[in-house]
Amino acid sequence: MKSRLKAKVFKPTAFSFPYLAVTLVFVIFPLILVLFYAFRGEDGSFTVDNFALVFTEVENLRQLGATIGIAALSTAICLIIAYPVAYVLASSPFNKMVILSLLFIIPMWINFMLRIFALQSLLSMLGMQKSYEAAVIGMVYDFFPYMLLPIYTVLVNMDKSYVEASRDLGANSVVTFLKVTLPLSVPGVISGISMMFMPIFSSYAITKMMGDANTTVIGAKIANLFENQNYGNYGYGSALSFVLLVIVIVVMLTGNFLSNRTMKAPKGGKVNE
Amino acid sequence: MNKTSSRVWLVARWAILIVVLIAIYLPLLMIVVYSFSSAKSVGGEFGTFTVALYGKLFDNKKLLDATLNTLIIGLISAFVATILGTTASVGIHYMRRNFRAAVEASSQITVVNAEIVTAMGFFLLMIFMRDFISLPVNFGMTWLIIAHIVITTPYVILTVSPRLKQLNPNLLEASMDLGAGPMRSLITVMLPQLAGAMVSGFALAFTLSLDDFVITNINTFGSNIDTISTFVYSGIRKKGIPIEIRALSTIIFVIVLTALIIYNVVKNKKAKEQKKSF
Repeated sequence: MKSRLKAKVFKPTAFSFPYLAVTLVFVIFPLILVLFYAFRGEDGSFTVDNFALVFTEVENLRQLGATIGIAALSTAICLIIAYPVAYVLASSPFNKMVILSLLFIIPMWINFMLRIFALQSLLSMLGMQKSYEAAVIGMVYDFFPYMLLPIYTVLVNMDKSYVEASRDLGANSVVTFLKVTLPLSVPGVISGISMMFMPIFSSYAITKMMGDANTTVIGAKIANLFENQNYGNYGYGSALSFVLLVIVIVVMLTGNFLSNRTMKAPKGGKVNE
Repeated sequence: MNKTSSRVWLVARWAILIVVLIAIYLPLLMIVVYSFSSAKSVGGEFGTFTVALYGKLFDNKKLLDATLNTLIIGLISAFVATILGTTASVGIHYMRRNFRAAVEASSQITVVNAEIVTAMGFFLLMIFMRDFISLPVNFGMTWLIIAHIVITTPYVILTVSPRLKQLNPNLLEASMDLGAGPMRSLITVMLPQLAGAMVSGFALAFTLSLDDFVITNINTFGSNIDTISTFVYSGIRKKGIPIEIRALSTIIFVIVLTALIIYNVVKNKKAKEQKKSF
């Protein structure tokens, strides 16, 4: 009787409590700590000096701009290569060759540092020095499977009857691609971009391994500030991290907004029918 | 005319795939080839065929330790993340809509956040616990395992939740109404149906943990623990990457390749058998 009563009181939602506790302590609290240290001076008092330093040091703004630049460039190149590959893999007869598409994402399972080491070895063998271009190639190489996979998934699961309808109604393959396939694949493209653009901000390992001394991302600066184990740096690094957090939120909201807008488009089309 | 143009189109499509495949695999193949040479760098004079690097690999205690650490952290964190993520998914599944949306959003924080900020958060949490509340804790293997659990659990939730939505929502309650305790209901009713998704979740968590660099790098500043990623990274910054890393890369490459091909062959066979039985 007692155990039955207990079972009645227990709600299945309670299964998530351990996870909620972990999230609270190890995800949400650390973000509060970032803010706490960002507003904390070396002597422990409240201060806005850290933020002042972040925004007045020209070097920070330059690095932030450079990061956005290299992220945008690498993401664009990766998209230009990955989209045709995803398109071909999703088309017949290639969509029946499971092992073939698998070959494109296998590198995902090899440690990324070892892949970058392999790429860097090949480039230096071909006579390419550490440089900005090499770093961009490194980014494209590293993130390629993550860009390919979402686009491929959208294209391969797409309802082929839209394409057939477009062809039946007299559109040629180019028009069909531009007006039907491309718009329908936008969610996959956005998801691919978001798998690459923001993570590049933290990929200082690639810029260190492939790039020259001038090629860097903002993540490298934050990592340096903390590596030096100098207490005064924690506040500065935290303020910089907080700025990055704000950028993440802005980028994420933009992405959500864009994908919501494109998701609505086919529905509007249906009303016209 | 139409036939030749579709032929050209087919050749063009093959060409795209092959060029990209070469670009992907050429670096890896060069490493494999040069793992059988003692040349100082890849592309140097090959010399004689030798397995010396494989012998050297097993003498390099630091590199072996790094590999072992990578595996220990990966296996333990993926195991815990799978349990934590699966129970969380079940709990979230039965939440009211508003609360569920809030929890689901918060579970995505580490997924969308810049890794460096997440890494910093862990770092500051350790500093805070150590210096502010004087807990006897420090950076080390345990801390890395905890950090990896936290970052991989959301991916387990992302894998398990969709499967949960396909199940009969009344099963768990029926089991509890019939007198089974919550734990027993979870283990005997829910888990068998979620097993497939849990395996996928485990595999995903494990590979993400193996691949991680930023979280591990930042959270080993106060210790001398290395994983494969941080070992290679500190190699380029200090005295160079030892050449036996080529042997290690080759071994990992071969394991990954065989595992995935076997997995797919088995999966295809199963799919075919299922088709036959219908």
